[in-house]
Amino acid sequence: MEEYIEKAGLGDILEKVRNQERLSKEDGIRLYKSPDLLAVGYLGNLVRERLNGDNAYFIYNQHINYSNICTNLCKFCAFGKDKSSDKAYEMTVEDVGNKVRERLDEPIFEIHMVGGIHPDLPFQYYLDILREIKSIRPDIHIQAFTCVEIDHLAKLAAKPVDETLRILMEAGLDSIPGGGAEVFSPRIRKLTCEDKLSGEGWLEVAKTAHRLGLKTNATMLYGHVETIEERVLHLAALREAQDETGGFLAFIPLAFHPKNTEMSDLSRTSGMDDLKNIAVARCFLDNFPHIKAYWVMIGPKMAQVALSFGADDVDGTVKEEIITHMAGAETEQAMSINALVGIIKEAGRVPVQRGTLYDVIEKY
Amino acid sequence: MKTIIRKIEAGERINAEDGLQLLRDADLYQLGFLADMIRKRLHPTPLVTYVIDRNINYTDICISACKFCAFYKSPEDKNGSVLSFDELGEKISETKELGGTQILLQGGLHPDKPFEFYEDMLRFIKGHDIHIHGFSPPEVCHFATLSGLSVTEVLERLRRAGLDSIPGGGAEILSDRVRQECAPRKCSADEWIGVMEEAHNQGMRTTATMMFGHIETLEERFEHLQRVRDLQDRTGGFTAFIPWPFQPDNTVYAGMPKATAFAYLKMLAVSRIFLDNVANIQASWVTQGPKIAQVSLFFGANDFGSTMIEENVVAAAGVSFRLSEDEIRKIVAGAGFIPKQRSMDYTLVAD
Ligand code: SF4
Ligand code: SF4
Repeated sequence: MEEYIEKAGLGDILEKVRNQERLSKEDGIRLYKSPDLLAVGYLGNLVRERLNGDNAYFIYNQHINYSNICTNLCKFCAFGKDKSSDKAYEMTVEDVGNKVRERLDEPIFEIHMVGGIHPDLPFQYYLDILREIKSIRPDIHIQAFTCVEIDHLAKLAAKPVDETLRILMEAGLDSIPGGGAEVFSPRIRKLTCEDKLSGEGWLEVAKTAHRLGLKTNATMLYGHVETIEERVLHLAALREAQDETGGFLAFIPLAFHPKNTEMSDLSRTSGMDDLKNIAVARCFLDNFPHIKAYWVMIGPKMAQVALSFGADDVDGTVKEEIITHMAGAETEQAMSINALVGIIKEAGRVPVQRGTLYDVIEKY
Repeated sequence: MKTIIRKIEAGERINAEDGLQLLRDADLYQLGFLADMIRKRLHPTPLVTYVIDRNINYTDICISACKFCAFYKSPEDKNGSVLSFDELGEKISETKELGGTQILLQGGLHPDKPFEFYEDMLRFIKGHDIHIHGFSPPEVCHFATLSGLSVTEVLERLRRAGLDSIPGGGAEILSDRVRQECAPRKCSADEWIGVMEEAHNQGMRTTATMMFGHIETLEERFEHLQRVRDLQDRTGGFTAFIPWPFQPDNTVYAGMPKATAFAYLKMLAVSRIFLDNVANIQASWVTQGPKIAQVSLFFGANDFGSTMIEENVVAAAGVSFRLSEDEIRKIVAGAGFIPKQRSMDYTLVAD
């Protein structure tokens, strides 16, 4: 099939991929700009195969969004609400506990918990919800608080980030999700989320977490006003940080969902966008162990196809995912393990149920 | 496998066994690259076409009770209905306002409407000066049975009343084992082919569909493709082939797993490769959604089908994607192709 890649003008990049040579930013830009979706996908698929073989991972997790009240009000966000909004909500520590209790009979391996940048919940609240979860489900892995929230919590605690993280870890924090990265470019942050932690700040929090032994993920929100160059710079910054610490587990490209956001005049991402972001990231982020196609965001059909474009993870059996659905995602809310296993097998992969740290729980 | 690939690359025809082996064993990329190569060979300009039309289902009353159908109402069911000519007229005017060039006219097999009813309907629609793409082979066969006329006569009279072309529906899988099992009252595979052959001989163009992913075997899919290709060799009357996966919700087969996107793309690519004599392959955004439909442009599809101002049959099976002409154009352009409106026979409509 090499001749097709050559014909697409990507022969030199194929060479590099085969020799496990690092791609330059120019290579990344060329991949993004190539009209030949199949050729780009083929390259991403080669890298995936080398790094992850036939394994395609998923996790059985529970999402808890403790509050949607947020002072940042990013333009691309349909979830965050001003405190005065009638759609604003916050859970008490007890509410969070009840959420966990409701599903104690399910074999859940991870609680994924994020929220907005709340104006007045005290630092103690965050410690309390972590402790509450652990007291009800002591063995559960808690992946919580994006780097943006961690930075906010450090301010609340009036402590440096590393110390704040240590306190949170003591209270039960096990790893950090990849949200809040958006696109690092200052231009994009100014346009879309001026009040948010900067790209550098985000990376600094992630690296600090890594140094303390916390694993984290990384995301990129694509398909709004960012340029291809800005995407590649975002990936390059992540790759550099990963060279330094090695603490990132997965990269998760997030498709922008315009509905109910301040940018609702933009179109949704296309299938081509979704697959290219997976494939280019897989080629470029040679030091990231995993690339995730988050099926709740792009739908099970695209997630299945993404497994052949560089992704090795489709995320979880998610019961209550509020953030994307407030932005009008039309995908189902939950998929059973059987359904997930089915689409993975049909795509020719081995379904592997994993824990947060990619420990194998069961192969199907 | 290598020999098969070499045959395809050399522009040679593959047989059903080759096709079967490809579908079973070839890598998704291998199929994609080959299908894409053939698409480019047949369509050197990177156009992707679509038609603006409206699906008008003149009745949902049907005596056939196909097990895979979520659309029909049995004649005893009081909820079944037949569209009045007034309603028809309104739908056609709306279609024309939206830049529509044709009506896709299909319905259930009504137990007792006389043949003249359908002729009148055609004449009425023709009064609005719009292309009528209507009456799939099961309907044509049903008209013949009810009226005692031959298929040839039925087609001649329909044509005289204003029928322009025939949609490829009701083909499902052209294998009598499958048809006996899931749609025993519908026309046989031979009859389906017979109607299309006669239509082609009378100078009408038609499309062909395949609904896969239910009770058929992979071999039977190739029986289907072979019959389509053989007829096309004889008449050249098919303008396009439209494969789409069965949507089981609300049918007798509810709960059967749906063909996945992966299976769809493979089948699409193999269809493109096997049907070397059919010019156009349509993506099925109605069943696959806009994203996979866009991706399918790299797996052999060169046509985005219709804007489907109205769609009732797949919607009845719980699938309801919606796309405007604008969105279709955006999706096509986003994949690097030039979107072009066309008519049924694939002549381009001036921008
Ligand atoms: S993206 Fe996060 S920080 Fe921004 S408004 Fe939404 S919840 Fe708040
Ligand atoms: S598929 Fe057509 S013929 Fe069969 S039951 Fe439905 S409407 Fe009737």
